[in-house]
Amino acid sequence: MIAYHRPATIEQALAVRATQDVAVIAGGTDIYPAHAARRAWGEPTHKDVLDITAIAGLDRIEATAAGWRIGALVTWSALRAATLPPLFDGLIAAAAEVGGVQVQNRGTILGNLITASPAGDGIPNLLVLDASVEIAGPSPRRVPVQDFLTGYRATALRADEIAVALHVPNLPGARSGFHKLGARRYLVISIVMAAGIVAVEEGRITSARLAVGACGPVAQRLTALEAALIGVVPADAAAVVQAAHLAPLSPLDDIRGSAAFRREAALILLRDLLQGIAG
Amino acid sequence: MIAFTLNGQPCTTEAAAFAPLSETLRESLGLTGTKIGCEAGDCGACTVLVNGAQACACLVPTAQVAGAQVTTIEATHPVLDRLRSAFLAHGAAQCGICTPGMIMAAADLLLRVATPTRAQVADAIGGVLCRCTGYQTILDAVLDGAPQEVPMPAAGAAVGAAIARLDGAAKVLGTDRFGADFAPADALWLRVVRSPHASARFTLGDLEGARQRLNLAAILTHADVPGLNAFGIMPNLKDQPVLAEGFVRFRGEAVLGLVGARHAVAAVRDADLPITWQPLPALQGIAAAVADDAPQLHAHAPGNVLVRGRLVTGDPLEAPDTALAQGWFTTGFVEHAYIEPEAGYATPTAEGMEIVACTQAPYMDREETARVLGVAEAAVRIIPSACGGGFGGKLDVSIQPLIAIAARKVNRPVRVVYSRTESMASTTKRHPASMVGRMTADQGGRFTSFSMHGDFNTGAYASWGPTVANRVPVHASGPYRVPKVKVQTRAIYTNDTPAGAFRGFGVPQAALLTESLVDDLAEFLRMDRWEIRRHNAIGHGDVTPSGQVLHASAGLPQCLDALKPEWDEMLARVAAHNAGATRHRLGAGIACMWYGCGNTALSNPSRMRVVLARDGTLTLFSGAVDIGQGSTTVIGQICADALGLPLAAFRFVLGDTALTHDAGKTSASRQTFVSGRAALEAGRDLRRRILALANAGEDARLGLDGTRLTVSDVTGASRMIELQDLSADLEGDGRYDPPTTALDADGQGIPYATYGFAAQIALVRVDTALCTVKVEEIVAAQDVGRAVNPTLVLGQIHGGIAQGLGLALMEEFIPGRTENLHDYLIPTAGDVPQIRVHLIEDPEPEGPFGAKGVGEPALVPTAPAILSAIRHATGVTLHSVPVLPHRLWQAMQAHAAEQARPRKRREASLP
Repeated sequence: MIAYHRPATIEQALAVRATQDVAVIAGGTDIYPAHAARRAWGEPTHKDVLDITAIAGLDRIEATAAGWRIGALVTWSALRAATLPPLFDGLIAAAAEVGGVQVQNRGTILGNLITASPAGDGIPNLLVLDASVEIAGPSPRRVPVQDFLTGYRATALRADEIAVALHVPNLPGARSGFHKLGARRYLVISIVMAAGIVAVEEGRITSARLAVGACGPVAQRLTALEAALIGVVPADAAAVVQAAHLAPLSPLDDIRGSAAFRREAALILLRDLLQGIAG
Repeated sequence: MIAFTLNGQPCTTEAAAFAPLSETLRESLGLTGTKIGCEAGDCGACTVLVNGAQACACLVPTAQVAGAQVTTIEATHPVLDRLRSAFLAHGAAQCGICTPGMIMAAADLLLRVATPTRAQVADAIGGVLCRCTGYQTILDAVLDGAPQEVPMPAAGAAVGAAIARLDGAAKVLGTDRFGADFAPADALWLRVVRSPHASARFTLGDLEGARQRLNLAAILTHADVPGLNAFGIMPNLKDQPVLAEGFVRFRGEAVLGLVGARHAVAAVRDADLPITWQPLPALQGIAAAVADDAPQLHAHAPGNVLVRGRLVTGDPLEAPDTALAQGWFTTGFVEHAYIEPEAGYATPTAEGMEIVACTQAPYMDREETARVLGVAEAAVRIIPSACGGGFGGKLDVSIQPLIAIAARKVNRPVRVVYSRTESMASTTKRHPASMVGRMTADQGGRFTSFSMHGDFNTGAYASWGPTVANRVPVHASGPYRVPKVKVQTRAIYTNDTPAGAFRGFGVPQAALLTESLVDDLAEFLRMDRWEIRRHNAIGHGDVTPSGQVLHASAGLPQCLDALKPEWDEMLARVAAHNAGATRHRLGAGIACMWYGCGNTALSNPSRMRVVLARDGTLTLFSGAVDIGQGSTTVIGQICADALGLPLAAFRFVLGDTALTHDAGKTSASRQTFVSGRAALEAGRDLRRRILALANAGEDARLGLDGTRLTVSDVTGASRMIELQDLSADLEGDGRYDPPTTALDADGQGIPYATYGFAAQIALVRVDTALCTVKVEEIVAAQDVGRAVNPTLVLGQIHGGIAQGLGLALMEEFIPGRTENLHDYLIPTAGDVPQIRVHLIEDPEPEGPFGAKGVGEPALVPTAPAILSAIRHATGVTLHSVPVLPHRLWQAMQAHAAEQARPRKRREASLP
């Protein structure tokens, strides 16, 4: 029998985490498919479950002094319905591309990060948002998303911790976008995706952050490209993107695409993205 | 205990907190309207509303609905009523397995947005997969704010009426009962343990110890098969074991059956069972299996060649070859992806066994199950449940022998429900094909010869491999006049998943090669692609490569003529757009097909019985299984008009082998044609009896009011027959077996009584940078003989097109890799374009009211038309499907490199 804990406070939840090996569930959109896949080949067992959805206050998007706090239970649909500046356009675009509406209604943005799939549509967006993860535990801490992701489906979250929110710093005047390549219109896992944020002052790019996902075990920021874009006139931004900027990527051949195609597609998605948000 | 509000009423459940809501609704609360198709949020069949927002119930822990409002298809609400009516009126429910989820997803939108756009509807239902309809009728239904009920036709006016399917109400209410929806309360559960290896030996240890330790009623092995431990489609090829005997030939092969209480069988880890595996090298793909050193997989198949097919007429090498095209094409496994995984139950009876399950072939199931049980066929009764899609995948037995031996072993009812992955890993697929071909034409663009060699991967077991190997040669040269034809095929055994029947039996694969060669010839001769097809289109009086004269119902020329204005317009649009385009290019494509209705050169009879009983009930006893395509409705329409009573008077007894005659399989596009004709004969037979009783002439009109049957002649004189006063019920009996002949060693003869014909044109938009293909438009023209029910005919054509689109662009089953519906992609509501259809009615004299088969033909031309359009847009000739973005990119790279070497290219295309 799988034990199921559904505490009403974060303290109670942490007490469970501190003493038991549990799977933390929020939207359930990753936990159940993984369980079904194992069960189909004769592995029906499952860890005990810690459901954090009864904990009050985790489902809010709040303005903070530095930017925004997105609670652990904020779903894709809730994000789409919120009033947010153009800085979030990319993450909101991703929210419309994840699964179908059913998954968008249940799945959480933070949960997508914690699953840490190479194809997680939220992840490149959180990277370019310079988001950090607020972690509750024996020693509460804040970890930048970049450091939070430690490998293929691996994160820095410890067994006695619970991620409770994402923090996104403001970047006044910034615009953002997200482009996803998939083999069908809905319910599709990304072949490649690109997210970007650009801020412009006095006709020149003053800040640029770009990331590509599904091109390696972990989505990557492209810092050389970001540096090359500083000072560029927005209309010229797309032309700046060169193959050498993709050095941080390590795409693989799989059923969805070849490594060589992924590199090519990443270039095109980045150019399209910059055309859209800066051009 | 978890408390919530269910469809407006307070509700509590003792279900486990982690149990998905879908399971709790179905198993604990008895609401089976919510369907389970994947348990992974991939198909949306279980869509319900949680606090007014659509959710996949399979992803929601029951604990999370505590205090929430849950709304399911069983709810009552004006928006749901409107959707139900609209789904019926528009033919938006075919098999009905996705319908509850589809209606709930649509309701989610309509409760927020009263008059949405088509794009908003697509977004809202984008998370629900439908494999039958192609989605366009669903979008129409959701957008229809005031659906009009189609009135039932008057006596004599049923054929040709676009009425709603007769079995539709239960589908839109969620009350239709599919294989997983019901079973006796005391039924035990079966879980099948399957091989994780494609090729392996295994030994079994202490099973009795395991049985006791795991608290199971039984662990079944091959030793528990009372009869022959073998099944298979062909009478002489029962090559697949029900449970493997120490040796497996594919990943997913059944090894053990665990029988017990639901939670007991569900809790068993395969790792805790005493099975010792010894994996062996596996033959994956055709090339590996035909290699000189390949081990032989079956004693009866040297070289792993299961069967060869052949058709020869003339010598293609002696044909004039002003234009010569040579090419090759390969295709992969394609999964049927019906949204209902196999499910059902078996109940032991005094005589033998009763099986309730989803199926396309009750009588074949009976024969297979009886052999496995070692009992007479009459001792087995098959009662089909509603069937949530089949497409050929539910022709072979799957669960039937397994639940039968389980129920026999424990002597009580046993049920089983396959998981999505189990269904995909263990049941049949479309055959992967590897084909090379050559086609020639003369100066005037007349085809002079066609030759082809095709290998078809039949996987580990024969299934329908022989049918594919035999059907392909008849059709491979396409629906054209070709004087010299030579086609050779082989079905090859491998260690892959068994390939069987899938909408078209190999013809869709061959059409990909042939239609590409036709485009090559057109290009060489600088002819328009429509023109070359029209020039060569087979028609009335022409002779097929098997030597059959098409005396009637050969409407391909009319199909092509119907498409001509749209083809010209499409070409003009493409030219205008591409003149200024660099990255996003349009392309137009065209393809034709023909398809023989019924079994290839084999008897395939159907028998129908219609009874006007003394209590006034009028019942059609039909063994034809409606798998969503609408045969019950169509056969009813035919019988009603043959009899001359209104369709509304009919009741139906369907599929039950104890109550109906054998109508043959729901396959090969044969039910409208063959069983329809049998129903016509049955209706006429009953009518003859009535007229004789009344001593009335043939043109008399019948009327039925309670138990009073009136027979009126043209003068208005009428006679009343009081049915209660008769000494016996009035019965009509009808049989039909389409006239065919056996084929000789060169494939000559009359393999089919009639053929369907079709042509389609496709418009695609290709992003030449990201190499994505968006199909923007499809126009189909199909000769259906007579559209008995235009709504249902269009439904078949739309659905075939959607599957053809999937074959062209995204579907590829890879054993061990794409065993779920997020790695195996089928088209969603956003992938299928608006479809226009020209129905051509060139009547078939053999068919009922001129009708012939519709189901499979629509799929055949779609993929070749799409590939033709991609080639038009990009200049790239593709040699394999699916055309995933990386494949198109690779082909475009190769094409660009080839373009840089003009001399070599010229050599390749010249004789």
